[in-house]
Amino acid sequence: MQHVSPIREPLVTGGKTYHDITEDVCRQVEAKPNVRWMAAFAVALVGLAIFIYSVYRTLWYGIGEWGLNKTVGWAWDITNFVWWVGIGHAGTLISAILLLFRQKWRTSINRAAEAMTIFAVICAAMFPVLHMGRPWLAYWVLPLPNTFGSLWVNFNSPLLWDVFAISTYFSVSLVFWYIGLIPDFATIRDRATGPIARRAYSALSMGWTGSAKAWSRYETVSLILAGVATPLVLSVHTIVSMDFATSVIPGWHTTIFPPYFVAGAIFSGFAMVLTLMIITRKTFKLEDYITLEHVESMNKVIILTGSIVGVAYTTEFFIAWYSGVAYEQYAFINRATGPYWWAYWAMMTCNVITPQLFWFRSIRRSLTATFIISIFVNIGMWFERFVIIVTSLHRDYLPSSWVMFSPSWIDIGVYVGTIGLFFTLFLLFCKFFPVVNMAEVKSILKSSSAVRHTHADTMHSTDKGLNTNTQHNNE
Amino acid sequence: MQDRIKYWKGLEELENTPEFAKHAHNEFPEFLPINETSGEGSIGSGKTPRRDFLKLLGFSMAAVSLASCEAPVRKAIPYLNKPVDVEPGVANWYASTYFSNGDYNSVLIKTREGRPIKIEPNPSSSITPMGTSPRAQASVLNLYDNNRLRHPLIKGVKADWNKVDSEIMSALRNVSGKVAIVSSTVISPSTKQLINEFGARFSNFEHVTYDANSASALTSANAGVIPGYDFSKANIIVGINADFIGSWVAPTPFAKQYIQNRKVSADKKEMSRHYQFETRLSLTGANADVRVPIKPSEEAAVVLALYNGITGNGGNVPANFDKTAFANAVRDLKANNGKALVVSGSNDPAVQTLVTAINQALGAVGTTITDAPYFVKQGNDGQMIRLINEMNAGTVGAVFFYNANPAYDHPLADKVVAGLKKVKLKVSFAERVDETAALVDYVTPDNNYLESWNDYEPKRGFLSLSQPVINPIFMTRQMQESLLAWNGNKTTYYDYIRNNWSKAISGDFNKAWEKAVHDGVLENGVSLLALSTTTNSQTPAAAASTLSGKAATQGIEAVVYEKIQIGTGQEANNPLLQEMADPITKATWGNYVAMSRSMAEEMKITQGDVLKVTTAGGKVLELPALIQPGQARGTVSIAMGYGRDLESMPVAKGLGANAFPIATVSGSTILFSGPVRIERTEAVSEIAQMQTHHTIMDRLVVQENTLAKYKENPKEVTEYIRLATHDGPAKPSTISLWDDYEYKNHHWGMVIDLNSCIGCGACTISCNVENNIPIVGKAEVINRREMHWLRIDRYYSSQENPEGGLAEFERPEDNPSVIFQPMLCQHCNHAPCETVCPVAATMHSSEGINQMAYNRCVGTRYCANNCPYKVRRFNWFAYANNEKFDFYMNNDLGKMVLNPDVTVRGRGVMEKCSFCVQRVQLGKLDAKRENRRPKDGEIVTACAQSCPTDAIVFGDMLDPESKISKILVREQGERAFHVLEELNVQPNVTYLTKIRNLA
Repeated sequence: MQHVSPIREPLVTGGKTYHDITEDVCRQVEAKPNVRWMAAFAVALVGLAIFIYSVYRTLWYGIGEWGLNKTVGWAWDITNFVWWVGIGHAGTLISAILLLFRQKWRTSINRAAEAMTIFAVICAAMFPVLHMGRPWLAYWVLPLPNTFGSLWVNFNSPLLWDVFAISTYFSVSLVFWYIGLIPDFATIRDRATGPIARRAYSALSMGWTGSAKAWSRYETVSLILAGVATPLVLSVHTIVSMDFATSVIPGWHTTIFPPYFVAGAIFSGFAMVLTLMIITRKTFKLEDYITLEHVESMNKVIILTGSIVGVAYTTEFFIAWYSGVAYEQYAFINRATGPYWWAYWAMMTCNVITPQLFWFRSIRRSLTATFIISIFVNIGMWFERFVIIVTSLHRDYLPSSWVMFSPSWIDIGVYVGTIGLFFTLFLLFCKFFPVVNMAEVKSILKSSSAVRHTHADTMHSTDKGLNTNTQHNNE
Repeated sequence: MQDRIKYWKGLEELENTPEFAKHAHNEFPEFLPINETSGEGSIGSGKTPRRDFLKLLGFSMAAVSLASCEAPVRKAIPYLNKPVDVEPGVANWYASTYFSNGDYNSVLIKTREGRPIKIEPNPSSSITPMGTSPRAQASVLNLYDNNRLRHPLIKGVKADWNKVDSEIMSALRNVSGKVAIVSSTVISPSTKQLINEFGARFSNFEHVTYDANSASALTSANAGVIPGYDFSKANIIVGINADFIGSWVAPTPFAKQYIQNRKVSADKKEMSRHYQFETRLSLTGANADVRVPIKPSEEAAVVLALYNGITGNGGNVPANFDKTAFANAVRDLKANNGKALVVSGSNDPAVQTLVTAINQALGAVGTTITDAPYFVKQGNDGQMIRLINEMNAGTVGAVFFYNANPAYDHPLADKVVAGLKKVKLKVSFAERVDETAALVDYVTPDNNYLESWNDYEPKRGFLSLSQPVINPIFMTRQMQESLLAWNGNKTTYYDYIRNNWSKAISGDFNKAWEKAVHDGVLENGVSLLALSTTTNSQTPAAAASTLSGKAATQGIEAVVYEKIQIGTGQEANNPLLQEMADPITKATWGNYVAMSRSMAEEMKITQGDVLKVTTAGGKVLELPALIQPGQARGTVSIAMGYGRDLESMPVAKGLGANAFPIATVSGSTILFSGPVRIERTEAVSEIAQMQTHHTIMDRLVVQENTLAKYKENPKEVTEYIRLATHDGPAKPSTISLWDDYEYKNHHWGMVIDLNSCIGCGACTISCNVENNIPIVGKAEVINRREMHWLRIDRYYSSQENPEGGLAEFERPEDNPSVIFQPMLCQHCNHAPCETVCPVAATMHSSEGINQMAYNRCVGTRYCANNCPYKVRRFNWFAYANNEKFDFYMNNDLGKMVLNPDVTVRGRGVMEKCSFCVQRVQLGKLDAKRENRRPKDGEIVTACAQSCPTDAIVFGDMLDPESKISKILVREQGERAFHVLEELNVQPNVTYLTKIRNLA
């Protein structure tokens, strides 16, 4: 039975018991896939097919299949890269930073958000490899001992920093996510009826016993990883922003980029989490776990980061004017009024204006409005990167080289394809992995209780694992 | 005793053990048993255990996959007997001559392992001692054109030479009616002699000469020759529709002369002033100090007014144009008697008569017009038109076409086609089945000039030779050899030339001949070409009265002009030239209707709209529109040479439309302009331009100033950027986070004089050929992926203080001033590209060259993005061995032009100007072998070498005696500047400010 605090809003609604949680979450994994999932998966597979075809064309014929040219050497590829990396920020932020800040509401969304991070980073990591002229030599960017003579990577290059930043971020996120999954895998293992499922989840759960020692270690590792991951949340996009900030191109060469990019990344990450959560809670009937409170809290983060991004946009303009550098000034005037004005204003509308609607409580708590605005933010953040990359490059120093960029079908295919890849992975995750962290959610079930029973207090304050496992064993 | 000595392979053999004897006959030693070496229980079992199976499987998988990675073997076959003079890896140079369609260049041919691979100027020539035309540069590829005829044809069917010879000779014996050889201008004295000998056999023979881009009126007004213009002596030059440094008469020598008197320095602060009255914005007009747009029909009025102004009869300037400019021109011409020159590109004999009279009045004869005339255009339009009529009348029995394609490039092409049907014997010497050759009975393909002996006399008293530098690649035969054969003359053409020359040369002929072959030129005044002189029947007064009666035409006038790239169409199948940017429009791959912005706006036409151009004769051309600043109002201009639809010209197929039908024929005169009707169609066709933004946007990228200012204070003609620091304004290069490179041996650098650069683009083609730069085709140029390492940026001026803000800056003026800027890798000492490459594929050499290691490049393109000059080029596709890029790099023949010293880059790799590092290395090695330092001028980049105006100087900036160091010292603080100096990337390329001599 769930105790409801008279003061605080409960984090899990619907009077759920520990058993309900287990049932609600495991249902998706154990039951046959429902029709909506099948339909969504079919669409995602189409996207994946588009991805495979576009990548085949890119790899087989060359980067010329894209719309790039002599002046615009990066466009959709790096736009997509930065967009996906940005999206990949929310998961770790939610699980690591909010864990450190003891934000308990994160527990029901952190699993899916982390999964989203992993998949987004996978999508993102495609682009630095795909955009290479000779992707089969991609391993040359790793500082590997080699027999080519004394060839070594160039540690001056921000692209090399990227390699380190992304790979570190990906591995830490993956480990963090996986460790969180282990107790839940054990739960599914214990409930599994089929031999294949039992074997599979048994392997995945890595022999989890649920002993107090295991829980203690689990907690410790989570905390350590949270500590490790927290600086990464800030560093990854800082380093991505340096791809631009350390260059000499007007519109790229901007010292404001690191904080601006990090804010933008969190902004877009939260928007994507919202988009996915709103669909998932509906599809999998998880309304009691992912509540309006979650949506509202995340919307508040979106107002904050959206406003930071808005300030950054204006600051860029101010600095361009204040610098007195004609090239810099032109780059920004060209953004707003040049041939790509529509991209700039699409970015401004989506990123700066629409999130401000969240100042209204009714909009903040409206699922429909949140969903629509989250999509707007996703679009806006894509345009932000497009604006930064393409409008800065297409008219840089020498007017003789000014060009326009237009994407080819393969450009579009690769982008749409990564969305397909992302959803394929995400839907597989939803089907086979517990989308909500059962163990952690169980720990907050009574977090606002004021129950006199001493053992409940102990359970609450010391070891939620014991709590969960006790529950689990009882059922 | 020799047979005592015994050699043995091993002790076994020496001892001849029974075991050895047993195995001695087995070719292979016994198979190694894997079983014995493998794991438990397998010994003697005879089965392959699992582990061994996996081992073998793994090995064979690895072997198979390794084998599949192996590149296919392409055999390089060494010489069995090494030819004399051929040293693998060492180039041989031969003097030769390129002449086509008026474009004369005395050249040196670089051959490697017997293959000609590069054309360079011949410094022994006094006509073209430096630089070549773009066409001459590209001509080496014509030799390796896969679409040249490989054998003679009889009625389109492959034949052998014996059959062709016997049939033609018997047909000639029975010929009735006129026998004619139709050719473009022949400047070979021996060929002329041979043609005359050939014709002597027939009772009715005529050698008809016509030029597709004719100078007939010019020669008729000047006793049958082109006057010996010397632009270097002129202080005032007035050009009237004469693109004399672009495509008019002899552009390469004229460009050299022209720029001689336009270069300025601290020692010579004078330069010529150039007025240009013209319809289209030509290369010449773009270089002029004062340019006035006129309609073609106003030409007469301008010349007449000029004539009256000079001779003091008071000219009536046409009402609708710039009176000040005109008055200034007359004033300057009068003030510079004996130092002025007026040239006109008109093909109207009356106009040319007046121009001759003007030059006489100006005292030009003997000063700016030397007594050695040019022979490079001899075409006689009247003669050709008469022959066409005769063919149609059926009085021509035999016709031979030599370097002539009238079924395509004559305005009366339809009549040529009709007339040819009535001629019994039709022979073409065309190198491919062109439009005319498709209509003849016999095609007897001529050799390429690189396969032939020939002599040339472009200017009276200036002889030159061409010599074969390779055996004929195909079963072709030089035209002269064919004529000799049909004449029954057994001498070779080589001996024929020698005989012909020996008559004129006194002294030891063999010695003189050898020297001439070695030098490529003989310039001791001996003249072999005897042209029949004509007298002009028209007096200036009569011409003046004819012209004054002419009324300006109403409606739209179209001008047909010759492009620098493909000329009159004879170079249409050369992909290097098709992909060369037009110096003015920067368009490639096709022609278009150039019109002024105001006219386009009136007609609601935007660039790329396909227009239907209907000629006076009812021919319809469908071509896209191009907005051309500087184009005279009410006129359009369309380039000749396009609209080819032949299998033998796959490169040119389907590009543009044929503009020759626009030319007006009246009597015996052809005017290369005519009235047209223009309608807009719904279709849109994109023009492949290499530059689509035309103004400089108020940026300090190029710098120019006036001569007056330069004379006043040369220190004030160039604007230098100074950065604000707390210690006051500072030079950007003094503020740096970086350690500077230390150059101990050489420090290579380049100086480009914007005042000398005329923008012709010869350097770009030279660079392409030298560095194996791929051709990408029209679609990829539209995608903005051309690969040129060196480009010429062309900027039009926009209004200085536009009220409309930045958008107004983007709009060129209606009659803009033009500036050219060759742009190539600046080899920055603080290169932004070098720091961003993750794999260090681009780095700095110890001699200041920014270098690319192609095989290290993974292709992130970050370097290209971070290059402020946008000079890096990416291999978006595999351009070699790719049928989608079916230009010369896709066939074995075409690939023979590739420079073996330069890597052919693969897909996905970045490339850019290397300062011709292969030449730098060669120069250093040569010097090292001789135990000395490289001499200044010994190491020259391809662009610098091919520049006809000496605008590019390359050299070692550490050598204080080098030309470049001296220029840098001289111009420091005056004209020398770096582009984008404020970025502090510290380029090794320095530009010199352009100076205009404004009126």
